[in-house]
Amino acid sequence: MVDYQTRRAAAGSQTLRVNPIACTGHGVCAELLPELISADEWGYPIIDPRPVPPALEAEARKTVAACPALALRLVRG
Amino acid sequence: MTAVTAEDRTARTDPRTPGLPRLLPRTPEDLRAHLARHGRLPYRGHPGLLIGDVKAAGLTGRGGAAFPTYRKLAVVAQARGRPVAIANGAESEPASHKDALLLRTAPHLVLDGLQLAAEAVGAAEARLYLHRGASHEVLRALAERAAAGTDRLEVTVAEAPPRFLAGQETALVSRIDGGPALPRFGLPRVSERGVGGAPTLVQNVETLAHIALIARYGPRWFRAAGTAAEPGTMLATVYRPDGQCTVFEAAIGTPLRDMLPDLAGTQALLAGGFHGTWLAAPRAAQLTLDNETLRRHGASLGAGVLAALPPDRCGLGEAARVARYLAAESAGQCGPCFNGLPRIAAAMAELAGPKPRSRTRQDAERWAALVTGRGACHHPDGTVQFVRSALTVFAPELDAHQRGRCSASNRRPFLPLPDGMPATEEDWV
Ligand SMILES: Cc1cc2nc3c(=O)[nH]c(=O)nc-3n(C[C@H](O)[C@H](O)[C@H](O)COP(=O)(O)O)c2cc1C
Ligand code: SF4
Ligand code: SF4
Repeated sequence: MVDYQTRRAAAGSQTLRVNPIACTGHGVCAELLPELISADEWGYPIIDPRPVPPALEAEARKTVAACPALALRLVRG
Repeated sequence: MTAVTAEDRTARTDPRTPGLPRLLPRTPEDLRAHLARHGRLPYRGHPGLLIGDVKAAGLTGRGGAAFPTYRKLAVVAQARGRPVAIANGAESEPASHKDALLLRTAPHLVLDGLQLAAEAVGAAEARLYLHRGASHEVLRALAERAAAGTDRLEVTVAEAPPRFLAGQETALVSRIDGGPALPRFGLPRVSERGVGGAPTLVQNVETLAHIALIARYGPRWFRAAGTAAEPGTMLATVYRPDGQCTVFEAAIGTPLRDMLPDLAGTQALLAGGFHGTWLAAPRAAQLTLDNETLRRHGASLGAGVLAALPPDRCGLGEAARVARYLAAESAGQCGPCFNGLPRIAAAMAELAGPKPRSRTRQDAERWAALVTGRGACHHPDGTVQFVRSALTVFAPELDAHQRGRCSASNRRPFLPLPDGMPATEEDWV
């Protein structure tokens, strides 16, 4: 049996993506994950394009779940 | 008024390339004339067969992105479900007139290409997406083909609203699905899930006309014009410094000064259109009509617009008018585009006027960096490309404006914008 973490590692790294049409600029994400997301001068998220470091993966998943507009995603690669 | 109809256009070709024109006949061709010149529609009899020829020909899309056509055909042909094939004749770029002229003079070439591309991907449906008020020649051509039984697939016409984004492919799919012509975000691509969820082939009408010729005369014939990397001819909408506009069919790789003999004596060249790039005239006069060369100078062919700005106009004023138009054409769906483009346009308007504040240029640059790559579609990036290249090429003019001077002696707008747009930058802000 392969556990979740191993599968995740095998699948390669993940990056955060925002759907700019869905995003309403709440800025919740920048507050929850300032390590990877900052807000621009209009409140819309600027996302670190690099893969999410393993230490922040859990936080990143929580942030994705917290976005009220369902605009954030973790995608492979 | 700066807008001109396709009827006012003249077509020209480079007399030094043998075998031209390929696409544009001298006078509009009806079905009889078309068949007399090119013979019958060479269906291959099976999906997939034409794709190898298109690959060998090296055809790239003529709608702006220059994507290898065979790759898109192959993806759509292999996707799950019966595809939809769409000819994109929206020509939503206000400065471009080549598709309108092609649809008016050689509609059957486009419609042949649509049938052949549809066959190649195994499409169950074919659509023709046209700008509002498109030429009646193409509708007459459809009726002629229906009467003659030429087409294996019936073609349904869909109308594009007169908006800059209407021809963008996800906006096109949304429109044909009965929604607004607004871009959509994300995956899967329309080649896998487009109209009604079916794999969808979207090709520019000129691309399809080339396919109709490749199917008849073969890849070797196609490669007899153009460069090794970018074979064939292309249609370009060329604005001479006197304001005259001509649609030119030229071999890719043709020296730009062959198409614009007075180019070296102008101020700057806008290459590619409103998502394109300004180049200083002395440099542009050394370049050729191909992406390989233009990309080395930060530019590209885009949808084939070339506009040579005469020395008596203000390049900043021109850039500000277009930036204002592009900001107004933002679909307003994405925060950075919706917030950033109007600010960039306002900054450009200030820079085009007397005594702009010294920080305004930095503001424009900062907003340009801030919107890049952050829209659902290419619109912010294309707008930034246009604005940044203007700020670089017209930097000396900007210095003059900061000292309260403008070197332009002619205030008449040069680049064409749709009616209803303010004629000068004074109307903005
Ligand atoms: C803002 C924008 C506007 C566009 N408008 C057009 C258009 O009017 N006609 C067109 O053929 N392609 C247009 N395109 C490109 C299409 O999205 C698509 O790439 C093209 O139709 C594909 O055909 P091709 O591969 O044959 O070039 C536009 C793209 C963008 C980003
Ligand atoms: S939380 Fe969601 S809606 Fe709010 S700014 Fe972040 S991505 Fe946009
Ligand atoms: S980037 Fe701009 S033009 Fe493109 S979909 Fe978003 S808001 Fe509309």
